[in-house]
Amino acid sequence: MLMNLFKFKGGVKPPTNKTQSTGRPIAAAPLPSHLAVPLHQSIGGTPRPVVAVGDKVLKGQLIGEADGWISAAVHAPTSGTVVAVGPGKQPHPSGLDADCVFIEPDGRDEWIARQPFDLVNATPDAVRHYLQQSGVVGLGGAVFPTHGKLTPAKTVPMQELVINGAECEPFITCDDLLMRERAIDIVRGIGVFRDLLQPQKVLIGIEDNKPEAAAAMRAAVEACGEDFVVVQVPTLYPAGGAKQLIRVLTGKEVPAAKRSTDLGVQCFNVATAYTAWRAIAHGEPVVSRIVTLTGNVRQPGNYEVLIGTPMDELLQLAQPNPDTDGIVMGGPMMGFLVPEPAVPVIKATNCLIAHSERLFPPKAPEMPCIRCGACAQACPHELQPFELYWHARAKDFGKTQQYHIFDCIECGCCSFVCPSRIPLVQYFRFAKSEIWAREKEKKAADEAKTRFEFKQFREEREKAEKAEKLAKAAAAQAAKKAAEAAAAAAAGDAPAVAVAEKPADLTVDPAEAAKKAAIAAAMARAKAQREAAQPKNTDALTPEQARDMAEIEARRVQAGIADAPAEAAAAPTATKTEE
Amino acid sequence: MMFAPAPFLLKDASVSQVMTQVCLALVPGIAAYAWLVGPAILVQLVIASLAAVAAEAAMLKLRGKPLAMFLADGSAIVTAWLIALTFPPLAPWWLVVTGTVFAIVVAKHLYGGLGQNPFNPAMVAFAVCIVSFPALMSQWPSVGLKMPLLEQLDIILGLMPRADALTGATPLDAMKTALKLGDGQIDVAQLLANQDIYGNFAGRGWEWVAAGYLLGGLWLWQRKLITWHAPFAFIAAIVAISGGLWLYRPDAFASPLFHLLSGGTLLGAFFIVTDPVSGCTTPRGKLIFGFSAGLLAYIIRVFGGYPDGVAFAVLLMNLSAPLIDQLTQPRIFGMKGKQP
Repeated sequence: MLMNLFKFKGGVKPPTNKTQSTGRPIAAAPLPSHLAVPLHQSIGGTPRPVVAVGDKVLKGQLIGEADGWISAAVHAPTSGTVVAVGPGKQPHPSGLDADCVFIEPDGRDEWIARQPFDLVNATPDAVRHYLQQSGVVGLGGAVFPTHGKLTPAKTVPMQELVINGAECEPFITCDDLLMRERAIDIVRGIGVFRDLLQPQKVLIGIEDNKPEAAAAMRAAVEACGEDFVVVQVPTLYPAGGAKQLIRVLTGKEVPAAKRSTDLGVQCFNVATAYTAWRAIAHGEPVVSRIVTLTGNVRQPGNYEVLIGTPMDELLQLAQPNPDTDGIVMGGPMMGFLVPEPAVPVIKATNCLIAHSERLFPPKAPEMPCIRCGACAQACPHELQPFELYWHARAKDFGKTQQYHIFDCIECGCCSFVCPSRIPLVQYFRFAKSEIWAREKEKKAADEAKTRFEFKQFREEREKAEKAEKLAKAAAAQAAKKAAEAAAAAAAGDAPAVAVAEKPADLTVDPAEAAKKAAIAAAMARAKAQREAAQPKNTDALTPEQARDMAEIEARRVQAGIADAPAEAAAAPTATKTEE
Repeated sequence: MMFAPAPFLLKDASVSQVMTQVCLALVPGIAAYAWLVGPAILVQLVIASLAAVAAEAAMLKLRGKPLAMFLADGSAIVTAWLIALTFPPLAPWWLVVTGTVFAIVVAKHLYGGLGQNPFNPAMVAFAVCIVSFPALMSQWPSVGLKMPLLEQLDIILGLMPRADALTGATPLDAMKTALKLGDGQIDVAQLLANQDIYGNFAGRGWEWVAAGYLLGGLWLWQRKLITWHAPFAFIAAIVAISGGLWLYRPDAFASPLFHLLSGGTLLGAFFIVTDPVSGCTTPRGKLIFGFSAGLLAYIIRVFGGYPDGVAFAVLLMNLSAPLIDQLTQPRIFGMKGKQP
């Protein structure tokens, strides 16, 4: 099939190291001694545990319920007993704990009653819901809940559905083997996605270093009577990045700020399509995945592994060499060393590489940047990594955003080529997380400030109102007392003593009250002046906030709490126009 | 717990590899140079290298930086070689040492060392010395004068008096002076007829040195250590302005070919304006940088008082490089149109 392919700028060609693990077919990994299934295995909300300690669970039974729309259910990978629900170590570079369901397998690996999903009579919404309930997430590494990507944009017609079988990272071969061995199920799964998205065409992109996989996929497409196009794309890391593959196959460039559906294109990994079809045709939720075991091992290969399997136990299948000193999850370009070897396999675990200094020699010390621009030439997003590095290092995060730091996909091409051995991606991750943290902090602070300022404003106004009321009351009382005194005097010879004694507290009345009233009035004037002169606390209001306040004031007036709506609602806008 | 961030695979690349390749690329030019004026240039290369390494080591020590790591990066050697190649080959040793030490100490380390210098150190050395020692910096050996190594050494080391007969101006300088003195009476063609100074296209023999630099530069481009932008723009600017003036008055202005093969044009095009540290880094920035440097170099060498204009042109453009870079940020992936 001849097709016009597009190019993306940059990219690198690291040694692929794939043939080591493609020699043997996918084998089933034996039941592990124990399982730790993290609840949070996809982007979005953390599923709520629905099992308790001591519960017997069956393979495929729901153990974590999706929390919100962007979230996917989690299931028991085998039958057994829940021995604990609580924090456990995660395969994440932070080394932080997160909630897991710990299961002790009973060895029977007994399934729940599996019911195929009635695809023919189901509405699109029902299919999406079913996929969410089956825990189908993007298995290419991003683990975005798949059902959330299966709604076409309302305004843009869906033109292309891109299926990602590129697998561009060195060492990883799980998608390659999956396509070779289970192409029919993948193609059926793609068919489901196609029906939901209704694209004009379906393009399956596979790097040209996997001819067997491409041939198997072509045969499967034909066998299923589909019109999907299998395209072999040039092997160039990171051709398997969703945005790069979309670019290569369709010529479209998806910017960081946009969703690909806004450009009429959507992208899924082949393994995702496979699990979707397993769920629909066999009623099997996602409880396992294919994992490549490779690196510093004697027996590299691919295994079908239960989610929650401890990595160190799993890696034994590949017979790691004795000098293995760590486990890399993912590929050598974007993967990370797991914080400890016993962390569980999760849905995002496509590959485990036994790490040794022989395989990945320690990096030479970092040198200063000489601005040679090799990174800029390698960057598939056409960024200027050396400029980003400069500003990230100086913690000038505003500048990093000006240089589009959030367009960085952290593919590692820049670090790969850097002659000064600068861990550029590390700097960019640091800058990104700092920016996120600061934005979060700033948002919280802004909200608190707005709340506080409004409270202050209200209190001051209430105080002024109270003072005014007091002054009025005092004046009224003084007038009353004065009238009484006058009346008493008029009534005749009131006891002089009484009159003489009274003034001690009565002198307060006429003169003092007037004085008090005058003071209060002066204070009110001064306050008004001050407010006019100084920026008002409520000046910097957004239109929404101003509107909210106006509404509150209106309610207060209705409730009879406030008497001067003009002061509250009009003042900020008035001072603004004065400026 | 071991910590090593991805990527775990790295390309085999290092700063010293980059610098070594730049030095290798200079070799054809140096070979032609040595064939032209004799072994003096090799002596100067050694003197400059020793001075550079000594100054670099001293500065690293003073700044508390790891000595071995930074000495091995080779950047000081590149600076030293460029200085030796731009200074007169029979210049006294202390002139080369002064220039080199100034380049390493002031232009490089006082600004923060490797990767931090806003100005090209070799060009700083040239500018400082030509301003401070204009006579010595303008004395070039007459071509074809075959002098044994020992005699050349004696001159460099100051053991033998500098006979005027041994040294003259560069062909570029000679042309300018003659045209100025001739005051319209002499034309370019007459001057070029003097085969003692001029060869077929430019200064006799110097054409071959220029060709050597061109060869090395093309190799650097082929190795992807430099991009085409800056050299192309630099050469284009010189060809454009010299060509325009030459077409306008061929008797008063030398041909574009003469300017391409004279003075520091090709050395500058491939080894100076391509310096990533002090030059521009964006593609459009490199074009602007190269083109402006070319124009300035021509104007200074033809209408100014100095024998060549490349050094001052490059230094002036070094000043503008950060601004140019900022204004020429390339589009990024996913961005429509050319401008960010």
